[in-house]
Amino acid sequence: MRKIKEFIIEKLIFFCGLASIFFVILIFLFLLKEGLSLLTIVGPFEFLAGKSWYPISEPPQLGILPLILGSLFVTIGAAIISVPIGIACAVYIAEIAPAKIKEVLKAGIELLAAIPSVVLGFIGMMTLVPWVKNLFDIPTGLTAFSGSIMLAFMAMPTIVSIAEDALYSVPKSYKEGALALGATHWQTIYRVILPAASSGIVAAVMLGIGRVIGETMAVMMITGNAAAIPKSILQPVRTLTATIAAEMGETVVGSEHYFALFAIGIVLFVISFAINVTSDFFLHKDQRV
Amino acid sequence: MAKIEIKNLDLWYGDFQALKNINLALEEKRIIAVIGPSGCGKSTLLRVFNRMNDLVEGIKIKGQFVIDGENILDQRTNLVTLRKKVGMVFQRPNPFPLSIYDNLVFGLKVHGIKRDLDPFVEKSLKAVFLWDELKDRLNRSAFSLTLEQRQRLCIARLIAVKPDILLMDEPCSALDPQSTTGIEDLMRELKKNFTIIIVTHNMQQAARVSDETGFMLLGELVEFNKTEVIFTKPQDSRTEGYITGRYG
Repeated sequence: MRKIKEFIIEKLIFFCGLASIFFVILIFLFLLKEGLSLLTIVGPFEFLAGKSWYPISEPPQLGILPLILGSLFVTIGAAIISVPIGIACAVYIAEIAPAKIKEVLKAGIELLAAIPSVVLGFIGMMTLVPWVKNLFDIPTGLTAFSGSIMLAFMAMPTIVSIAEDALYSVPKSYKEGALALGATHWQTIYRVILPAASSGIVAAVMLGIGRVIGETMAVMMITGNAAAIPKSILQPVRTLTATIAAEMGETVVGSEHYFALFAIGIVLFVISFAINVTSDFFLHKDQRV
Repeated sequence: MAKIEIKNLDLWYGDFQALKNINLALEEKRIIAVIGPSGCGKSTLLRVFNRMNDLVEGIKIKGQFVIDGENILDQRTNLVTLRKKVGMVFQRPNPFPLSIYDNLVFGLKVHGIKRDLDPFVEKSLKAVFLWDELKDRLNRSAFSLTLEQRQRLCIARLIAVKPDILLMDEPCSALDPQSTTGIEDLMRELKKNFTIIIVTHNMQQAARVSDETGFMLLGELVEFNKTEVIFTKPQDSRTEGYITGRYG
């Protein structure tokens, strides 16, 4: 009797495990089926490097270069802001902060991660966007720059918590060894602890960036959504994600536009997959040492 | 005057008194062993020499601890200078995850010596008899070395910054008997230039390498004398009980 119970539970867990992989494969296949249909209408090069996105003109122009650049501008901007601050914050939490402040900060970071993106987008729209408009004296504050700042807030919790884990798991003996040689606290941090945690920190950055690229709601609300090739970070842009979210509701199922949106989905999927694989590579490199 | 003089040293971790009224005077250029069962406070005592205990929260130290005429327990003590002078070797070899070369120059760089480092590297590797083995692969990771080589590298890394005193906290407990012999020979060699204080719970090791031995029990320094006296005619019955293996 006990054996049968054991057997059933084991199989049940096995199927649950399989199911998650199965669903991923199903989603991917659906994405491929719908997205690749586009190739019968426009070529892959024309699609990826095409400079205009006018999906409802006649005939539709389905070039996503402006959208890719939009995502790129916002992502790079967010990375420039969030990576240094995030790493510094992780170093402070892991190495410098007294126990009490550490707890408060960690809770704060978790809270930041818990804010729904639509709320962040809303706050950004009300505060950040007018501020950017006035600061640079530009016609609209709905720019890639505003999006970058807002997304930096969203990438920060990921970067801080994973980088902090990486720093924390550096063996204490390295730190002791450095201090015993007469290194100061800061020398110990930047000469021993940071290099020893570097692969974990790279993984943290990659996952943070992955979060930024996939983010939709906040960017849709504050980047202005102009599907034109941006010349500076102070212009409105439209990201890949925002395009899908904004246009999927108004497209006819089976139309060229519809297939194009799925193809954008494939592009996003490939990008985040690449980022996850890279960060995974760095995380496991850490374990090999 | 003695190189190191410890007077009425008490140490607490919170409410727990780990060292009780330690008094000790040590001469330079010898090997001093501190033995005793686990938890007797020998590692704690060793970590007062370079103030590594400062990392522990809730620690309180009283008394005098004078090295070369300076009380290192003074608040004004410069820890960087102190630790340059008093180097420490740990229980498990702990080279940094860097190349052999970078491990060796780490201390120098930290102390502001940034140029012409090669002679230092050669000299300190020669001092631990690793030069011939490693001179052609200085850029390899320190993790490519055997445990014994790593421990030697850690000692070489200290020697590069020219300390006076070497603290060794169970330096052979992670090594096999053959490597242990190697490290012990090295210690005898290093005695010519350094004062070495070794903590060990391997009594035979203390008997083999040290000139003087102190026996600690429950935070007290029970007895301190020439090594042969401690191991042949201990004055205190507790010491006798420990070295004859009645407890510990």
